[in-house]
Order: sequence, then C-alpha cells, then structure tokens
Amino acid sequence: MTELLVAFLVSTIAAATPLLLAATGELVVERVGVLNLGVEGMMLAGAIAAFATANVTGVTSLGVLAGLVAGIALALLFAVISLTLQANQTATGLALTIFGRGFSALVGAGFVGIPAPTLPKLHFPVLSEIPVLGPVVFGHDILVYLSLAILALVAWCIRATHLGLILRAVGDSHDAAHALGYPVVKIRYAAVAFGGALAGLAGAYMSLAYTPLWAQDMTAGRGWVAVALVTFAAWRPFWLLIGAWFFGALMYLSLYIQALGVPIPSAFLSAVPYIGTVVVLVLISRDARRIRLHRPAMLGRPFQARA
Amino acid sequence: MLKIEPRGYESTFWRYASPVLALLLTGLTSGLIFAGMGRPPGLTVYTFLIAPLLQQDGLEALAVKAAPLIMMGVGLSLAYRANVWNIGTDGQFTVGAICGGGIAIAFPEAPFWAVFPAVVIAGTLGGMANGGLVAWLRIRFNANEILTSLMLAYITQYLLVYLVVGPWRDPQGFGFPQTALFSDDALAPRLIEDTNVHLGILLAPLFSVGLWFMLEKSLLGFQFRVLGQATRAAKFAGFSENRLVWIAMLISGGLAGLAGVFEATGTLGQLTTTLSPGYGFTAIIVAFLGRLNPLGAIPAGLLLALTYLGGDAAQINLGLPNAVTGIFQGILLFYLLGCDFLLLNRVGWRRTKAGAAS
Repeated sequence: MTELLVAFLVSTIAAATPLLLAATGELVVERVGVLNLGVEGMMLAGAIAAFATANVTGVTSLGVLAGLVAGIALALLFAVISLTLQANQTATGLALTIFGRGFSALVGAGFVGIPAPTLPKLHFPVLSEIPVLGPVVFGHDILVYLSLAILALVAWCIRATHLGLILRAVGDSHDAAHALGYPVVKIRYAAVAFGGALAGLAGAYMSLAYTPLWAQDMTAGRGWVAVALVTFAAWRPFWLLIGAWFFGALMYLSLYIQALGVPIPSAFLSAVPYIGTVVVLVLISRDARRIRLHRPAMLGRPFQARA
Repeated sequence: MLKIEPRGYESTFWRYASPVLALLLTGLTSGLIFAGMGRPPGLTVYTFLIAPLLQQDGLEALAVKAAPLIMMGVGLSLAYRANVWNIGTDGQFTVGAICGGGIAIAFPEAPFWAVFPAVVIAGTLGGMANGGLVAWLRIRFNANEILTSLMLAYITQYLLVYLVVGPWRDPQGFGFPQTALFSDDALAPRLIEDTNVHLGILLAPLFSVGLWFMLEKSLLGFQFRVLGQATRAAKFAGFSENRLVWIAMLISGGLAGLAGVFEATGTLGQLTTTLSPGYGFTAIIVAFLGRLNPLGAIPAGLLLALTYLGGDAAQINLGLPNAVTGIFQGILLFYLLGCDFLLLNRVGWRRTKAGAAS
C-alpha cells in the first residue's frame, strides 16, 4: 500500500511538472495582457531541440539549454507578429502552434526511436533515504525543483515587488502604464520570451525526463492544458500548483488503470485528462463575474502608442 | 530609415495584395530552409508546389484533398468573422465520419437511395452536435470555445480509435485496426467514372458561394460582420450574440462533419484510426488565406491541398520528411498575419536627413 502511494505521488509530481512549467510561463504572459496560444508549439520545439542536442552531444544540461533557447526563439517570432505588427493574438498563437508542430516533426524525423541520455535524478545524502518522504520529496530531477522554485519566484514577484506592480499595470491598463512612462511593448516582449523559455523547458522535461524519447506530437495537448490551467487558477500563481497536480494525478491514474487491465477500453481512459479539462473549465468559468474580476483587463488587446 | 505611418483606413489594394506577398515570402523562406538542409532550393520548391500538378491524376488528387479543406475553411470563415474561435474542426470532422460511417456499416444491404442520404444526414448532424456542444458550453457556462473545441477533438479521436479497434473492427480484417469496407451503395457517388472525383467536390464550392451570399447579402450576415468588428455596436443594435454563436458553431461544425462524411465515403470507403491528416489546423489557414471570405476559401483550399501533395512528392522524390507540409503551412500563416500590417499602415523609406529633422 505504501509502495503504491509512493509510486502515485512520485508519478503525479512528474506528470505535473511540464504542465506547471508551461502554465507558469503562460501566466506571466497573460498577466501583462498577452494571450499566447502557441504553448503547444513552443513545447514541441523545446522537446525536439532538447532531445536532438542531448542525443548529439550526450550532455543533458546542454539539451535543457537548447530547449529553453528554442522556446524563446519561437516566442519572439510570436512577439514580432502580434506585438510589433499587431496581428490578432489568437490567430498568431495558433500559427505558432502549427509552426512548432511542423518544425519539430521536420527536425525530429531523424530522431524517432533512438535513445537519448536521461536527465538524472538528484540524490541527497540521508534525505533521499527516508522512507516515503525520501522518494516523494527528495528523489526527483533538477527540473522538478526548478519548476517549483520558478513558481515561487513568480508568485513573489507578481505579488510583492515593484516589477510585479509594473507587470500588472501593463496587463490591466496599458494606456495608463504607457502614460507613466513604462515601455509597454518592451515589457510584453520580455514576458512573452519568459513564457517561451518556460514552455521550452517544459518540452525539454517531456523528451529528456518524462518519456525520454522523441515521438511526433509527443506533448499530446499538454500545452493546451497549461493554457486552461491559467484560467483554472484565475491568474493566481499558487493555484497553478493545485491544478497541475490534479491533472498530473489524472494522467497517472489513467495510465495506471490501463496497466491494471481493468475491463474499461484503454481509449476511454486515455481520453480522461481531456474530458477532465473540459469539465474543470466549465466548472471554473461558470462564475463569469469571478473570471472578470481576476482576468487581466487588457488580455488579448493590441497596444499602439499614440503620440 | 524605415518610415511607418498609420493609414487611418483599410487599403483596398493591400487587402488582396497582402496574401500574394505572404505567399511569395513563404516560398522564399521555405527555399532558404531547404537550402539550409542541403537541398537545391529551386528544385525543392518546384517539387513541392508544381510537380504534383503535372503528374497524372494530379488535378484529381488536388480536388479530392481540397474538398474537405474548402468545406471546413468556409465554415471557419463565418465563425471567425463573429469572433467565434472554433479550432476543433478536426473533432467535428471525425464525429461526422463516425456517424456517417456507423450508418454505412450498420446497413450494408440497404439501397443507395435510402442509405446514402442517411449517411450524409447522420454525419452532418454529428458534426453539428459536436459544434453545438461547444456553443452550449460557451453560452451556458462561459467556457472558452478555443479550449473546449480542441479538447473535444482529442476526445473524439480516442472515440474513433475505440470504435475502430474495438466493436466496429472488421471481423475479416486480419486484425487490422479498420472497419469493413462500406457497401458500394453507401459510397459517395462519382461525378466522373473510374476516378475519385466524388459528390463532395461539387458541393464544396456550392457551400462557399451559398455562405458568401448569406454573409454579404443577408441581415444575418450583416449581424455576423458587426458582431466581429464592433461587439458593442452589435449589442446596442439588439443583435443576439448567443444566437450568432449558436449559428456559427452549428454551421462550422456541420460543414466539418459533412467533410468527414465525404472523406469516409468518397475517399477511404471505410473508417481507420487516422482519418484527418491535420485538416483541422490546415482549415484555419484556409480561412485566413481566403481573407475570412467564403469565396476566398476556394483558392485557399486548393493551395493548401497542394501543400499536402507537395509534402508527399518531396518525401518520395527528395527523401524529405513529409512534415515539411506542416512547417510550410505555419510559415504561411505567420506571413499572412504579418503582411496584414500593410492594410492599416504605410511603410516606406525616409531620407535620413528629413528623418533627423522631424
């Protein structure tokens, strides 16, 4: 029983990590008023960049770095078209997803079915040996801890720092922020790049740690779940953690029950996380007033400085 | 240096020139990418965009691929005009194929006049039900249609896999994940004998003309355009947003369902686990390339159908992975959106001296 519980908790945290990374990035992007629907594409680009680099060089840390850079590169593409050229953000985000899928499939065509070095699990002396607590808390790879640290940092930054105040001002009233002299477009560029970096890391986690392989479309909609998580959390960082763990548990359980050989068709179980996303979205969005209260007021609106 | 100034109006010239410019830039960029991959760029672009048309049956293959893209793109043009972001047409397509295919499998002995209309109606209703569910979730629960429609696309894909691997699998199919072949009477009638040119290829442009009339010439179409361009004005005018969301999702869902029916009964003749090679996302590009105009979806659908054929040709003749289709499509949509900057802004060169003075 304890073993089952440990396996459940460890796997849930692993499954939640890519969701948490990508959603934390998207949360910052949306808090400055930009809706980037290209998370799935950035994750895929990060996944293949990380996998290819780790495979060629044999160094996982270089792979992680490559995933991060690929995410930023795609995010900047989005920023140029939606922020500088002021194209519709929804459409540009979809373009980014389409592009990221194509790009990753093209680069990844030569990497299907070959192994790459896996991100090692950290080992803390003494701590990792504690029963239950050891494997659950002290037995993960570096990206798991990094995802939690970044979340805490983002939460603190948005809530308690001057920078956070500026970010919120840009997201809630870009005209006022502009009038105060803040460079709205530059701040948005930076936030979008940050979101891309985290989506790239999420992809790197997928291909180097979670399922250390490359397969076309291997993120399987996780980027979209991350976008949904931001709405679920009502744009508040710590709620992302609860959402990510919930979906992580759902993903693990759907795999676990399939492995048990329960007489439920495996296709139905595989669909559970997606059904869960719809159900959770419906439950959360039902209260339109609450959504309006928390949503950055400028979300998705283009900004053009007027002289 | 570069001089940019807002026009203050929408340029009619660039309205039609910007997609052409986007296409040229896409060709150029893909050429550069091919060159970077160590392929002769000219030959690759030729293989990708022109060679498929010169092949025997090239035009037939193009029409077969374009029909579903046009149907789906036409529906999306309408929906996007009203800011209804249906991005799950893949799901509506799959449900359409499942419902239509289910009827075809259930009644293998039925005569054409009975079974084929039933197949078409079931598939269309299936697509409409999927689209309607998205509309209902948005209107009743305020749930974002982008996410719900896409999640439903994943869910319906698993439903298809379940049916084709499980209860609907062909008992005589040697265990392959596919259903039995539909009876000849359940297949879409051919317009030209001994080809794949089926009824759907005739219907796709008819829908496009029909919806163009609705959008440009009817009060309902006017309401769609106002809702998309000026939501507040639409509310003051008393147009019901909910009604338009329903109509947009039912039409775009129904057309995608119909596209699924014709893919199943016109092209494949059975159901398999992979019905749509990413038509759902491609249809989004069709809608934008066609300027969200139902008539524009016809040339746009033909062009994007060509990118599928080109991907196959590049794979066979040049050994490139056919994923080049996806990257070409992504770049095209980027350029399309980017070039629209010219619609509202004038870009030119400014002499440096004058620039410094101003």
